[in-house]
Amino acid sequence: MDMNEIKEIFFQECEEQLAELESGLLRLNDGDRDPETVNAVFRAVHSIKGGAGAFALDDLVSFAHVFETTLDCVRSNKLEPTQDVLKVMLKSADVLADLTNVARDGGSVDQARSAQLIRELEALAKGEAPPAAEAPAPKAATPKAASAPKPAPVAAAAAPNDEGFVPVAFSFDDFGGEEEAAIEHPAYEVIFKPKSELYTKGNEATLLLRDLSRLGEMSIHCNMDSLPPLDQMDPEAAYFSWKVSIKTDRGEDAIRSVFEFAEWDCELELIAADAGEGADGETEELPMQPVPFDLSALDEEPHAPLGVVEEEEQIAAAQAVTAAQTASNVVQMAANASRAAAADKGAAAAAAAQNNAQQASAAGQTIRVDLDRVDRLINLVGELVINQAMLSQSVIENDSNGVSSINMGLEELQQLTREIQDSVMAIRAQPVKPVFQRMARTVREIADITGKSVRLVTEGENTEVDKTVIDKLAEPLTHMIRNAVDHGLEMPEKRLAAGKSVEGTVKLTAKHRSGRIVIELSDDGAGINREKVRQKAIDNDLIAADANLSDEEIDNLIFHAGFSTADKVSDLSGRGVGMDVVKRSIQALGGRINISSKPGQGSVFTMSLPLTLAVLDGMVVTVAGQTLVVPLTAIVETLQPDAAAIHSFGATQRLISIRNSFCPLVDVGRILNFRATQANPVEGVALLVESEGGGQRALMVDAIQGQRQVVIKSLEANYTHVPGIAAATILGDGRVALILDVDAVVAASRGQPLHLETSLAAAG
Amino acid sequence: MSYLAKNLTSGARELIAFRIGDQEFCVNIMSVREIRGWTPATPMPHAPSYVLGVINLRGAVLPIIDLSARLGMKPAEPTVRHVIIVTQVKNKIVGLLVEAVSDILTIRDEDIQPTPDMSSEFERTFARGVLAIDKRMICLIELEAVFPQTESEAA
Repeated sequence: MDMNEIKEIFFQECEEQLAELESGLLRLNDGDRDPETVNAVFRAVHSIKGGAGAFALDDLVSFAHVFETTLDCVRSNKLEPTQDVLKVMLKSADVLADLTNVARDGGSVDQARSAQLIRELEALAKGEAPPAAEAPAPKAATPKAASAPKPAPVAAAAAPNDEGFVPVAFSFDDFGGEEEAAIEHPAYEVIFKPKSELYTKGNEATLLLRDLSRLGEMSIHCNMDSLPPLDQMDPEAAYFSWKVSIKTDRGEDAIRSVFEFAEWDCELELIAADAGEGADGETEELPMQPVPFDLSALDEEPHAPLGVVEEEEQIAAAQAVTAAQTASNVVQMAANASRAAAADKGAAAAAAAQNNAQQASAAGQTIRVDLDRVDRLINLVGELVINQAMLSQSVIENDSNGVSSINMGLEELQQLTREIQDSVMAIRAQPVKPVFQRMARTVREIADITGKSVRLVTEGENTEVDKTVIDKLAEPLTHMIRNAVDHGLEMPEKRLAAGKSVEGTVKLTAKHRSGRIVIELSDDGAGINREKVRQKAIDNDLIAADANLSDEEIDNLIFHAGFSTADKVSDLSGRGVGMDVVKRSIQALGGRINISSKPGQGSVFTMSLPLTLAVLDGMVVTVAGQTLVVPLTAIVETLQPDAAAIHSFGATQRLISIRNSFCPLVDVGRILNFRATQANPVEGVALLVESEGGGQRALMVDAIQGQRQVVIKSLEANYTHVPGIAAATILGDGRVALILDVDAVVAASRGQPLHLETSLAAAG
Repeated sequence: MSYLAKNLTSGARELIAFRIGDQEFCVNIMSVREIRGWTPATPMPHAPSYVLGVINLRGAVLPIIDLSARLGMKPAEPTVRHVIIVTQVKNKIVGLLVEAVSDILTIRDEDIQPTPDMSSEFERTFARGVLAIDKRMICLIELEAVFPQTESEAA
């Protein structure tokens, strides 16, 4: 292994450390005061510094050093991690990422910015630290109480460092010990009020309470006050809450980790019982009369002291359905967090409490594989699928009775190839987390420039999608986030005036929906100013002045080229190449984008994308003797046109009436130049497709052969781009079939694609 | 293999000669990947007339050029006797439809005569030289000029 390879590994690890650093800082920003989070952040910076020292990356080392010093003050409780402190730290994390990138790819950093941050960090470290004897001069603050070197390659490589840097190991037990060992078995009050979602997701209060009981001596009271009379009871609702007094030496984290997988679906309050008055106050606050509750009785009838059998059955069913899902979630989370989890005391405690998690983290080992190798495997499997289809077809042609053992073997082969294909595709599937994390930085930067206060909330970061999709998602998302902060959110004064909190919220969520990934970006800003959009569209000749457009159509106007409503062109967005570029890049991925907006309440952009770019569900059709594939996602419906439904419109245009609305007919064979004259629509089949801008077109094809999943093959690799054709595929008979680019065909049928958009209102 | 190696080291080069109509042409053997029989191609919309379409070459999409039409002669009517010479130039692979492959020639660089000075487009674009072998005249084709690069883009 030569130096460059080691360096490459270092940079890969840097990326992981930076991600760890950022997510840790964000957790701290959200009020997490877990010492382990601070440690994780510290460790990340420390590892980067150590590795950078080994490669003599001086800029990186000196910045990381200052950063580390300040973090050490936080770690030793000399510096309170307030919002202001964390703001500086998040910026420092960004600069650290920049420095890392520069160290790898060359280029230059904003020296002034990093110098400024170094000053800020130093001020924080000095200013807030008590001027006592152990006051941290930056150097002295670096902990040197190393018992054994950290067994990471980075630290090992860092040993011969000219900075006099010593790899540091710190025992996590010691950390816990310092703070918690002093108090013997502190008592906690836990108030646990499950919501009904908890049960529908297959969690169970009994199991959680039982897990809790393993932490130490506890007493439990069930509050059944909110239980309605039987006739008014919703069998799927949750009515009980529990108050648990527990004595444990495992600390608050262990208690919280019991509820780790349920925390979104329950109200959980955790009070250290030492603050006796505080706990009393809480009890008074809640209108709760603790009822003694026997845990063993709970075991026998977990949810239904009243014996509501349906409830149990439903929950059992729900559990069965969600069990697999939950298990896979756990595996996923464990896999993603495996590095952190191995070292993380909190996660270790969770693992002890959750057998599932323990098993999963044991299984959640990962390896790094060169992307080219994976792609080669995927290509080969694609060919295997085609070959298998060809083989099946020729066997079927030659084997008339269809019961031979060859046929049965082929069927198994087909199943196997499909399974192999799915598994291979799954290798490329990656969580969207890295992209979402990059967005956090974008939000910070833009919030800084615009002077707005913005919080980014992300959900479903572990949703997996093909790596190519992830890679191509970053750019449109960045653009949309910029738009959301710059145009969507109001200035703080305006927000106050509108009765909103000063801090705007931008929410980014990802989830799987029927074989696609849906990414939603919402803001709680002013929403789309429809009057302004409309006026702008009229000014730019996009629509006629008297066009009668629905709200939805007006909202969708922002996706047009050259459309920007920002009063002044700002640095961030509003260069007039905004949402149309976003829309095009989403469409290039085979996705769709939609907007819905409520005045005064904000806007929601919804993107739906395919999970992979390697295969596509298509409808195989015949056009002028040629076989074409139409992406299934584009097709709204298919219909057999009636002679009476076809109306000539002008010299060459024809319209088809569908349920009393008229839709232009587009002869695919004519557009692609497969035939010289238009075919007779009555002899063919019409595919109703949704095109850009929401308008519909009826594509005329000669016949439909069937529906098939096809492997996408690039035409550009050996040829050039062909207008009207998105890509090619290979069918079961071994011949190449072309995949239709529906949007291009529709655009070609319009002639001038954008300006004819006015007909949208008239035709719709 | 040793035969090939020996010839290459002695400054010789090998060419594949093929026939279109009554004329003979050749290309450098190093750019030929394989030779295969004709299979029907899927026509491409908006393609130049000399592009017959695309075929499946073990999972890759391979465009087929009618070399006869490309060189300005009459378009071929492909039959099962026709062959496709799969060639690679730079990183693109393209199939050339020809009537038959006739020979593998081992020649020396000095055997290649410059093309006679004529004003035809063919001479300027495609011909890199001519060879006189056994009273036959074989024209050395410039493959890069044959491949459609951006022409079809404009169509």
